[in-house]
Amino acid sequence: MIKGKVHKYGDNVDTDAIIPARYLNVSEVAELALHCMEGLDSNFVKKVNPGDIMLAEKNFGCGSSREHAPLAIKASGISCIIAKSFARIFFRNAINIGLPILECTEAVDNVRSGQTIAVELSSGKIMNMDSGKEFTAQAYPQFMYEIIAEGGLIEYTKKRLER
Amino acid sequence: MTLVEKILATHSNMKKVKPGQFISVPVDMLLANDITAPIAIKEFSRLGVEKVFNPEKIVIIPDHFTPNKDIASAEQAKTVRQFARLQGVNYFEVGEMGIEHVLLPEKGLVLPGDVVIGADSHTCTYGALGAFATGMGSTDIAVAMATGNIWMKVPSTIKFIYHGILPQWVTGKDLILYTISDIGVDGALYSAMEFVGPAIDSLSMDGRFTMANMAIEAGAKVGIFFADGNTIDYIKSRAMRPYTIYQPDKDAEYIRTVEYDVSTLEPQVAFPHSPENTRPISKVGDIKIDQVLIGSCTNGRLEDLQIAARVLKGKKVHKDVRCIIIPGSQKVYMDALKEGLIEVFIEAGSVVSTPTCGPCLGGHMGILASGEKCISTTNRNFIGRMGSAESEVYLSNPAISAASAVAGNIISPKEIINNR
Repeated sequence: MIKGKVHKYGDNVDTDAIIPARYLNVSEVAELALHCMEGLDSNFVKKVNPGDIMLAEKNFGCGSSREHAPLAIKASGISCIIAKSFARIFFRNAINIGLPILECTEAVDNVRSGQTIAVELSSGKIMNMDSGKEFTAQAYPQFMYEIIAEGGLIEYTKKRLER
Repeated sequence: MTLVEKILATHSNMKKVKPGQFISVPVDMLLANDITAPIAIKEFSRLGVEKVFNPEKIVIIPDHFTPNKDIASAEQAKTVRQFARLQGVNYFEVGEMGIEHVLLPEKGLVLPGDVVIGADSHTCTYGALGAFATGMGSTDIAVAMATGNIWMKVPSTIKFIYHGILPQWVTGKDLILYTISDIGVDGALYSAMEFVGPAIDSLSMDGRFTMANMAIEAGAKVGIFFADGNTIDYIKSRAMRPYTIYQPDKDAEYIRTVEYDVSTLEPQVAFPHSPENTRPISKVGDIKIDQVLIGSCTNGRLEDLQIAARVLKGKKVHKDVRCIIIPGSQKVYMDALKEGLIEVFIEAGSVVSTPTCGPCLGGHMGILASGEKCISTTNRNFIGRMGSAESEVYLSNPAISAASAVAGNIISPKEIINNR
């Protein structure tokens, strides 16, 4: 069970907003995290706490294929992203680096910034701890849960290559 | 099956695939660049695999922050160069390189019917050749470098039919900007866009590369064209291995069909801060600009420079404007030089740069200060894309950008070129 305070954003949050390209001359995640969401919310880095949850409307992570984007979000302390929909490269990247992401329109519509929510990944259950309302995210194919559970695509592939 | 379903089914050795199905696909070509390869290399090393699955099927291009813009970029480029040498993969050093999506087709490294994945979102450019080409992240590329395979969800296909004949100064860029403004930046999310119709049949290869390039700007996985006579003409001197031209079945199923008549279409301009925020040139109003950028994987090919030169010939860039022109590859640069285009640009007061992605993504070679406006032939105009978060980027075709460089505000070439 993941529990955290919500930081909510709008439609079409792009990868340049998540991590501007001028910082892509390094790939150390701690350094990337210092500039996370800089293009959209310059206070994000100051207000985020480990375990917090990011919410967004539709098409989150559109734009570039830069894996630096989900890496920066994960390293900033965010434990899970819930959106109405994700851009497809961002979706793959988040799963591949073991950052849990869920698609759930009802949760996004019924949770505000600053509220606390709890998420159970295995069942897709999302609970607004402030309002008591409960929602269920769309299920994934089994292998994606396995990739996240094993910590990412590298760990997942490594295990299968060793077999 | 549609064209993309055919390509995926054949590659994964299946009789039939359906949209939504998860499959494992062997890849024909894998791509990474100087900003995505460093992470891919790091992740590859964690796999405990010594050698890549096939060095001939991997290409690494240092193009984003090269020639290196600072020490950190130089360190990343060094990492990439060392890995490429050690593994013996295709690698093009500064001096023979180009912007990856201009260079790969030009070198014949991607061909019709291929499955291509690249750690760059604009990998979808090769759909112009009738290839299944899509962008992914560094970890996906790392795993594919080791295994030669990638998991994929079969996309459903949206068919776009373009009727009519393109008016003067209207290009592939205008078709794709208009399409994105119509369907939205997530209008083709997780889908394949298939581009057909009379206007497409007569579209040049360079125009098709531009359109396929921006399929990602509508959220698509792939933007694909049928290989035809134009395609064959383009690849016949370039292909160094066999390839297959696939055709869809007669009963292919499309999730949606969208039709446009382009006979009265105007050049399009995408306003800040989204490629869907598009207006026809006649509705742009008075927008003064500080910079013009002509180049990139979207519009850095020879035809783009020819169009820009037709507008700039005998004209002068406005005194308040910096006009930056970046040929997409060394070959494009050389061809433009031989045709006298570079002379036209320099005479007009433009600066001509060596190939690089540079300013398109706010890297180097033309970063914007706060309050500045740029019209650019690139693909994205997100907040802060080319520099300051308080700058603005407008997207257009090369003719509009070049005309705007002369006028100092966003304008149609018709207004500065008489009797043509």
